[in-house]
Amino acid sequence: MDLHFGKARPTSAERRAIDEVLGPPESGWVGGRRRPEIDGRFARGGHEARSRRHLLLPAFHAAQARAGFISEGALTYICQRLTVPPAEAYGVASFYAMFSLTKRAPHVAHVCDDVVCRLKGAEEICERLEEYLGPSGSANTREGATWLRSPCLGLCEQAPAALVTRAGEKPLEAGMGAATADRVLEALRDAGPDDETLEDPPPVALPQFGDPELRLLARIGHVDPESLDDYRAHGGYEALRRAVELGPEGVIREVVDSKLVGRGGAAFPTGRKWEAVARAPVRPHYLVCNADESEPGTFKDRVLMEEDPFAVIESMTIAGFATGCERGYLYVRGEYPLAARRLSLAIASARARGLLGHDVLGLGFAFDVELRRGAGAYICGEETALFNSVEGFRGEPRNKPPFPVVSGLFGKPTVINNVETLVNVPSIVLEAGPKYAQTGTAQSTGTKLFCVSGNVARPGLYEVPFGETLARLLERAGGVPGGRKLQAVLLGGAAGGFVAPGEIHAPLTFEGLRAIGASLGSGVVVVFDDTADLRDTILRIAAFFRDESCGQCVPCRVGTVRQEEALHRLARGKAIGSAETEARLLEELAQVMRDASICGLGQTASGAVLTAMKKFNLFSNGGHR
Amino acid sequence: MFGAGGGTSSYQEMEEADVIVLWGSNARETHPIFFHHVLQGIRNGAELYVVDPRRTGSAQWADAWLGIDVGSDIALANAVGREIIAAGLHNRTFIDRATTGFDAYRAKVESYTLEFAERATGVPREHIRELAHAYARADRAQICWTLGITEHHNATDNVVALINLALLTGHVGRYGSGLNPLRGQNNVQGGGDMGAIPNKYPGFQDVEDPAVRAKFEKAWGVSLPHEYGWHLSQMYEAMDRGELTTVYAIGENPCQSEADQHRAVRLMSNLEHLVVQDIFLTKTAQLAHVVLPAAASWSESEGTVTNSERRVQRVRKAMEPPAGARTDIEILCDLARKMGRDWGHPTAEEVWDELRSLSPMHAGMSYERLEAYNGIQWPCYDESHPGEKFLHARLWEEPVRGPRAPFSAVDFEPPVDELDEEYPIRLTTGRRLDSYNTGVQTGGYESPLRRGESLDLSPEDVRRLGLEEGERVRVSSRRGSVVAPVRIDGTLRPGLAFMTLHFPDEVATNLLTIDATDPRSGTAEFKATAIRIDRIATDGAENAAIAQGVGTQSA
Repeated sequence: MDLHFGKARPTSAERRAIDEVLGPPESGWVGGRRRPEIDGRFARGGHEARSRRHLLLPAFHAAQARAGFISEGALTYICQRLTVPPAEAYGVASFYAMFSLTKRAPHVAHVCDDVVCRLKGAEEICERLEEYLGPSGSANTREGATWLRSPCLGLCEQAPAALVTRAGEKPLEAGMGAATADRVLEALRDAGPDDETLEDPPPVALPQFGDPELRLLARIGHVDPESLDDYRAHGGYEALRRAVELGPEGVIREVVDSKLVGRGGAAFPTGRKWEAVARAPVRPHYLVCNADESEPGTFKDRVLMEEDPFAVIESMTIAGFATGCERGYLYVRGEYPLAARRLSLAIASARARGLLGHDVLGLGFAFDVELRRGAGAYICGEETALFNSVEGFRGEPRNKPPFPVVSGLFGKPTVINNVETLVNVPSIVLEAGPKYAQTGTAQSTGTKLFCVSGNVARPGLYEVPFGETLARLLERAGGVPGGRKLQAVLLGGAAGGFVAPGEIHAPLTFEGLRAIGASLGSGVVVVFDDTADLRDTILRIAAFFRDESCGQCVPCRVGTVRQEEALHRLARGKAIGSAETEARLLEELAQVMRDASICGLGQTASGAVLTAMKKFNLFSNGGHR
Repeated sequence: MFGAGGGTSSYQEMEEADVIVLWGSNARETHPIFFHHVLQGIRNGAELYVVDPRRTGSAQWADAWLGIDVGSDIALANAVGREIIAAGLHNRTFIDRATTGFDAYRAKVESYTLEFAERATGVPREHIRELAHAYARADRAQICWTLGITEHHNATDNVVALINLALLTGHVGRYGSGLNPLRGQNNVQGGGDMGAIPNKYPGFQDVEDPAVRAKFEKAWGVSLPHEYGWHLSQMYEAMDRGELTTVYAIGENPCQSEADQHRAVRLMSNLEHLVVQDIFLTKTAQLAHVVLPAAASWSESEGTVTNSERRVQRVRKAMEPPAGARTDIEILCDLARKMGRDWGHPTAEEVWDELRSLSPMHAGMSYERLEAYNGIQWPCYDESHPGEKFLHARLWEEPVRGPRAPFSAVDFEPPVDELDEEYPIRLTTGRRLDSYNTGVQTGGYESPLRRGESLDLSPEDVRRLGLEEGERVRVSSRRGSVVAPVRIDGTLRPGLAFMTLHFPDEVATNLLTIDATDPRSGTAEFKATAIRIDRIATDGAENAAIAQGVGTQSA
């Protein structure tokens, strides 16, 4: 490689933290101490060295967790260790919102100001923090603490939410539900709450707790998420045994018969995906569990991972067994520290018991899981962007085709499934596909998790069979509280669309929602009462897409900016031409983004905005309410 | 190889090889176009091994780099050969059928144990073993080399030692396997092909072969010498003896490009008559009695060039030469006319067609076909012949057509310019990406990469000598001395220094180099010079004691 390094060096603390992830350097050529007699005679590099690039993100996490930012010295050292040109590594690090390449305070509060938290007073928290710590993102190294506005942290049922990170010798990251400015400030203080207090998980909001109908959520709240034995005592790993009895073809047959479709939003038949990879002649095959749950309003995968992590690992093992993958990558969004901790623990326990490794349970197949953490990039939930992110590149989506089943992670045939999709697999294997397919409707089988948040009495995670109406789901959640009336529901998140009160009797199925121009997406149900300012919501959504667009393709990079600008003009009553011409412009932008963006982000970036404008007549009075 | 001097493989084969060994070549910087094919090969999964004293840009791409002592190539090659035989990885079928001299070779390399090679080259034995096994086990393996192999007093032996490895493993004469010397200019290959060497007529036809000579005498209507001519080093010796008094140099700057520059300038200055034909007024041209301004052969005249994969390609005239400059053909024909031979006013194509009528390996390459096929790789015997992607396929025919390929047992001899207490540091020379040789062709252009000449030293040597980056020091060899600024270069180990000859006007590196010359190729040992480094005190007096105790022994 043609590598040119600057003179910056890491601190010894940074070096130790990075070595913790990468192991000690093998020679002076890769950042170790120069040993002229040995290094002057031999060096290894080439394929082996370049094949370690996928460790770039873990190394960045280590450096940032130690120093609070990725210093030039740390970046240089990581590049030496992994044979990556520093300019490229800089491009990767700067892609992610959670990494800082400039010095900043070691204690950081990421305060969610996204759709749901705004309904619950996020702006008031932000105002208070600004008073104490200065504006969002100020370096504030003197105070030792700073704060940042953040897109959805996936704690919507506990909104408003924050995520506190403390860099140092013993780094700490913890989500905070029901956040207040005082609690955030307390958590940022040096002598603030100790690690354990801060890391104490908030109680799970599972309004259906105890309901015998629950399938995906059956164990949640009952099982100790940190105990493999407890998981097995609750029926864990029975499905893996059964899967091995069925054999790979048998498992795939059951999954095909179950008519299971992907729960990440695209609703692609899971069995067909598995078949394609199982048949692919190119080896190795990879399994990827997409746990980069970043759609605003979504928290279902977080709950599954935090409360039933072994189920995720067992499901991945079955998928790997069925599709001939010996390695699975579990990509968890960076904002989920508790999920990452519990999954790591689960992986380690499963390995220790021979449930992962080169000969799983002595049953003659190899499978292991590697956990990867994102670092704040919505786009990495797009499957090909996620591959690039794991491989150590900027998380920019690839053109399709080739599809992942042909050329996915590391260019190999890859099964990529969402967490919720995978955790359906054990029950499919245990009860057989046709039986599973009896739940739900003919085209939408099984149960679905819904993330209900906003202005409802009982926000939380709900599991209902496909086919139940939105109205019934809202009823389960206790409806709009405080005598208020329902104004709107955002279904499917920022990439989804708004539903008017008159439409809530539509059944929650893929086909039923298509009829009212909405989509199930990732199962987001954000409820707005009649006091909510929908214009504020769509401005936030427009800002979200502008911020999260990776910038790779023009329609999305430019379109998301133009969309936000037009909405701001409408909101300020400063339309160019008339409100109608602006509306036409927004339609046109939406069309271009849908037709010409290379990935789903651009293609869906205008859905919520347009449905809101169509259904709610938001700017008819010149924008002033 | 085996008679005709050219790489056996085509570039495309680099892209499809399993193992590529760059031996004494920093192709990343010095053959960047060729290296693109290597990179494609790497991308396709090829393993790259680089043998070079320095960890060059090429070595940084390698799966493994072996940092040998300068000039210890034969020790390494013979040990690799011995290890291949000892491990039973030699290709017995190929050896039996297509080669001669294997037993003598085996006997010769017997003493080149891994232990011996480790001492001679400095490279730990396990890595030598790894190279041997990787090369021998590969289905398709390439060895490519450049001046790191040929700029030595035993250059031919070095080349032979590498050829032996290909014969041992059958890595020649097959698609994807081969032996490739990389040529330094777009047309070095073409120069040799056209007979601009003292022992061959065009198409590598031997000067001392009476039938060949008769053919050329008949075609040209003159009588031709019965014996080989002089190569460059022999010419210098002849100048020294007073036997050579007139030189006609075409497109060459020997005053700055040759080793032991003091001597080169002295000899050239003493000539009775020196004619230089060039597109620039070079240092050599400045000494000339007559300068003939030439048109640039890559833009101002028609013709052909031949690259390292033996591909003959058309060169087309794009612009008129500056006033007074003329094409080489015009100048030569005018000169002939003055000497009483009227060659007419041939076009480049007419000259090429005459060549085709005399050189069988070019016979099928009409201008029309060269254009149609984007160049053709020799040999191309007639107009229905597509040219050859790779050479020596005959060695794999049953029975082998033509003579078998001989093993040549050779011994390791260290460089002539030995290190001792007075000259303890090994200087090796080479090129950098942005500059070419003496800078005649590149010095006139700006380059953001260019930083002028320097004495590159390992950080350890710089520290030990108490020097600072940028400090100007005196660099002396047994032949001369120059002053150059110090540059710290982490790709060097203690005891090893590096300089280029790109800036002869600033730092005449070739004042230092030795003209110990390989008797067969005529190439001097530019790669191995023993030097000392003396600090220049601020008042101009020199501190001569500084370099003592530094060098490989004490490192």
